[in-house]
Amino acid sequence: MSTLTTPSKEKKRKSYASNQEVRWCPGCGDYTILKQVQTLLPTLGVEPENIAFVAGIGCSSRFPYYMDTYGIHGIHGRAPAIATGLKTSRPDLSVWVITGDGDGLSIGGNHLIHSLRRNIDLNILLFNNEIYGLTKGQYSPTSQKGHISKSSPQGSLDNPFNPLSLALGSRGTFLARTMDRDPKHLQKMLERSYQHKGTSLLEIYQNCIVFNDGAFEPYTNKATRNKTSLYLQQDQPLLFGENNRYGVRLDGLKPVVVDLQEEEVSADELWIHDESDKTKAWLLTTFFENNFKDNLLPRPFGVLYSEQIPTYEEQLQIQIEQAKERHGKPDLEKLLKGNDTWVVR
Amino acid sequence: MSVIEKHKKVVTVRFSGDSGDGIQLTGSQFSNTTALSGNDLSTFPDYPAEIRAPAGSVHGVSAFQINFGSQRIHTPGDSCDVLVVMNAAALKANITSLKPGGIIIANMDGFGKKDLALARYDKTSDPLGDAKKSGFQLIKIDVTKLTRESLKDTGLSTKEMDRSKNMFVLGVVYWLYNRPLDPTIEFLTSKFKSKPEIAEANIKAMKDGYSFAIATEVFSERYTIEAAPIEPGSYRNITGNDAVVLAIASAAQTSDLPVFLGSYPITPASEILHGLSKLKHYGITTFQAEDEIAAITSAIGASYGGSIGVTSSSGPGVALKSEAIALATMLELPLVIINVQRAGPSTGLPTKTEQSDLFQALYGRAGDCPVAVLAARSPADCYAMTYEACKIAVEHMIPVIMLSDGYIANGAEPWKLPEVKDLYAIKPPLYRPAENGSDASPFFPYSRNEDFVRPWAIPGNKKTIHRIGGLEKEDQTGNISYDPDNHQHMTRMREEKRDAIAKKIPLQTIDEGPDQGPLLVVGWGSTYGSIKSAIMEAREEGYAVSFTHLKYLSPLPLNLGDLLSRFDKILVPEINNGQLIHVLRDTYQVQVEGFNKVRGQPLKVHELKAAIIEEFS
Ligand code: SF4
Repeated sequence: MSTLTTPSKEKKRKSYASNQEVRWCPGCGDYTILKQVQTLLPTLGVEPENIAFVAGIGCSSRFPYYMDTYGIHGIHGRAPAIATGLKTSRPDLSVWVITGDGDGLSIGGNHLIHSLRRNIDLNILLFNNEIYGLTKGQYSPTSQKGHISKSSPQGSLDNPFNPLSLALGSRGTFLARTMDRDPKHLQKMLERSYQHKGTSLLEIYQNCIVFNDGAFEPYTNKATRNKTSLYLQQDQPLLFGENNRYGVRLDGLKPVVVDLQEEEVSADELWIHDESDKTKAWLLTTFFENNFKDNLLPRPFGVLYSEQIPTYEEQLQIQIEQAKERHGKPDLEKLLKGNDTWVVR
Repeated sequence: MSVIEKHKKVVTVRFSGDSGDGIQLTGSQFSNTTALSGNDLSTFPDYPAEIRAPAGSVHGVSAFQINFGSQRIHTPGDSCDVLVVMNAAALKANITSLKPGGIIIANMDGFGKKDLALARYDKTSDPLGDAKKSGFQLIKIDVTKLTRESLKDTGLSTKEMDRSKNMFVLGVVYWLYNRPLDPTIEFLTSKFKSKPEIAEANIKAMKDGYSFAIATEVFSERYTIEAAPIEPGSYRNITGNDAVVLAIASAAQTSDLPVFLGSYPITPASEILHGLSKLKHYGITTFQAEDEIAAITSAIGASYGGSIGVTSSSGPGVALKSEAIALATMLELPLVIINVQRAGPSTGLPTKTEQSDLFQALYGRAGDCPVAVLAARSPADCYAMTYEACKIAVEHMIPVIMLSDGYIANGAEPWKLPEVKDLYAIKPPLYRPAENGSDASPFFPYSRNEDFVRPWAIPGNKKTIHRIGGLEKEDQTGNISYDPDNHQHMTRMREEKRDAIAKKIPLQTIDEGPDQGPLLVVGWGSTYGSIKSAIMEAREEGYAVSFTHLKYLSPLPLNLGDLLSRFDKILVPEINNGQLIHVLRDTYQVQVEGFNKVRGQPLKVHELKAAIIEEFS
C-alpha cells in the first residue's frame, strides 16, 4: 500500500477527521500519527460507525476527539480497561487504544500488562515521547536515567522501562515499534497492528518538540539513523548501516554486530528475522540500552513478535454458546425460584 | 420422666463449632426445614475472619444464628435460646450470645484437655461446669463417639465418619423443635448423588441423633412453633448477595439489554461475581478485572457500547473507583455500583458489618458529582433495590450506588417470589435514527429530555457518531468546552438530572406508628429489622413512637422534610459514627439525635429499645 496522499485519498482521510480543532503544539509528532491513522482507516473496509478510539489522559489522549468515529476520552491510565469492557461486550467494533508513556506505563501500567496477557483484540498505540507533556515536562517512566526535568533538576534516578520487554513479559501477542518521523513505516505498522487479531502493542517514538525535543534524534537524524536503526523484515537477515554494511549474528544467545565489509560472513550466518520466534523476539527487545552511544546494537523497528492465538472475546463467545447449550433459553421464573421453594396459602 | 411439649412464639438457635465442622451447612439446613414448616425467620452466618485459623482455636470458630417464629421475624435475634457448641473454642467465642438460663448443647468430645488448651482456657478450668453454675442449662452429648458408633458398619474411615457429626447434632435439634427430617434427607441425597455412601452416612447420623434425643430424654421439654401469618405466595430463602444477582438478571431480561459486570474479588461482595458468572446465557458478561479501577472502567466501556454496566465491591474497593464514578457522571452513562459495606476504615473488619459508607456514596468524589444512592433494608430487599438501581441508572443515564452490607449480604430470610410478568419495565433512552432515512438533522449527544436525560446512542449507527470524555462538555454538542457559563450550566444540569429522579421514586411513608407525634425513628439500610423490632416492642409497652425507613438516600423522597417536621423529636440509629444524621440536619435543618454502634454487628434490639424509651423520660 502506498502512503502517498493523492487528492482522493485526502478526501477519504478527511472523512475520518472530526470537526474539532486539533490542539497539539505546532511540530508535535502527534500530528503525523493522527494523519497516518486517518489515512489508513478508509483503506481497511471498516465503517467509521464501527470504530471506537479510547484514550486516557495526556497529550496523545486527545486523539479520539479528532477522529470522526466513536470514541471515549477516559481517565488517566484506564484506556485499556475501558476498551476491554467495550470490546468484550461489542466484539463487532474495531477498538483502538491511544496512550502515552505516562498514561500507559506509569499510572495505567497495570491495565496495559493485563490486557496484553488476556489478548483482547485491541490495537494499542503507545505514543512514547519519554516525557510528561500535558503536565509540562516532568520525567516519565521511559525517560533516560539522569534525565534533567522540572521534577528532576539533578537528573532522574529511575531506570526507564523497556516497553517491549515488558509487553513480551506480559505475554503480548503482537509487538512492534515505529516512529513519527517515518510516516511510511508508521502506516505499515498501523496496518499490521490492525490486522493482528489479539492485543497489538505498537510503540511509536513520538517527538515532543516542547519538552523533550530530539529524544529520538539518533534514530531519526539522517546522519546517524543508519547506524542506530534496524528495520526488521520477515525472513530477511538483520542488516543496518549505510548500504547495509552491518549485520547481526547470533553467537549462541548473544547478538553480535558484524561489519560485513571487514569480516567474511555469509548471509546465512546472519540472524534471519522470524516474527514468530519468541526467543529471538525477546533478544530483539533487549537491543535497548543506549546502544547508539557505544556503537553497540541498533534499535529494531518493525514487528518484533507476532503470534496468533485465540482472543479473549472469541473464547468468551464460546463460553456463552456453551452456557446457552447447557441451560437453554433464559427462564427467569425458574431462576428466581431456585431449588427450594414453598407455598404459603 | 416424660417430656413436656410446649408451644413457643419465637426461638433463636445458634450453631457454632470449628470452621471444619460444617456449621454453615447445618444452619442452612435447619433454616430451610424451618421455612418449609411455615415459620418466618431471619438468619445470620458469622464466619471466622481468618480462612486458615488453626483448628480448635477461637479464631477458627464459625457460627450460624437463626431466629424463627410463629410471628413476623425481622432480625436474626440479639441473643439465642439454644447454643450448640462443637468444641471449647465455640463455647468461648459464643457464650456471651446466649440468653440467661439458655440451653447449651455441647459436644463433650470437643472439651478434652487439648481442646481447652487450643481455646486458651486455663488447664484446670471447667468452662461447661462454670456455665452451668451461672444458670445455663447444660446438655452434654458425646457427639463424636455416638456418630462413630452410629456409622461403625458403614465401612467409612474415622475421618469420614467424623464429618457427619454435624448431622447427628442437627438430628438432635430437629427433635427438640419437632421438625421433619425429610427436607434434609432430600437435600443430602441430591448433594451426594455421586457418593451415595456419604449421603447414607449423613442421613443415618441425623436419624440416630433424632432417635438419641427421644431415647435418652436428654431434654425435659420439646417445643412446637406454629406457622407464622405470612402473606400467601411462593417463597424461597435468599441472601442479599443472591438477591442482587437475581435482580441484575431480571433487569437484563426486562430491559432487553446485555449486562456487563466488571468486578474484583472482595469480601463480602464476591458472591455477586460468582453468581453472575454462572448466568452467561442471560446475556450477562462477567469480567474479573485486574483491580477495582479496571472493574469499574471496563463496565463504563461496556455501557458506552450499550450494556448495563455494573460493578460490585465493598467500601475500600469503591474508594478506588471514585474517579471512575465521576467519569461516568460526566459521560452520563448508566452504571450500577453495588457496595456491600463492611466495617472500615481501610481493611477494617472485612467479615463484619457496618453502614459507614453513606458519606462515601453521597460525597466521596472530586468535584460536584451527584449520583443516585439507594440502600436495601434486608436480604430480600436487595432484589427490589438492585432492580430499582438498574432501572434508575438506565432510564436516567446516571451512576447509581446501591448500598448493601455484610449483614444482609450473607444473612437470609424468606422472599416472596415476584411474578415475572409484574416486574415493571425498564426503558432505556436508546437513540437509533434510521441510517438511510432522509433525516439529516445533526445528533446532539448532550441534548436532554424533560428529566434532563441525554440520549443513549451506541456505536454502530452512522448518524450518531460522537465522542464523549471526562472533560467538561458543551451543552448539546458534547464538544470540549472551557466556557465558564457552560460549566455552571452543566454542573446544574447534572444536579437537576439527579434531583429529577425524586419525581419517580415513592413518597416516604411511616412504617410504624402515627404520622405525627413525640418521636420519629429514622433508619436506612440493613438496620430495618432491628429498628422495626425495637419499635414494635416499645409500642407494645405503650410508647408513642413512630418509624420511617429510607431506601432512597439521593435524591431523598420529596415529602421527607414535611414528614420529619410533624414530630417533636427525631432519633437516627446507624451502624456508623453518625452519617445520615448529618444529611438530615443539613437538608432539613431539623434537630436530630443519633444512636450509633460500631461493633461490626447488627444493632441489638434491646439496646435500641432502651434508647427509644429513654427519649420519653
Ligand atoms: S507538549 Fe509535547 S507531546 Fe504535548 S502536544 Fe506539545 S509537543 Fe506534543
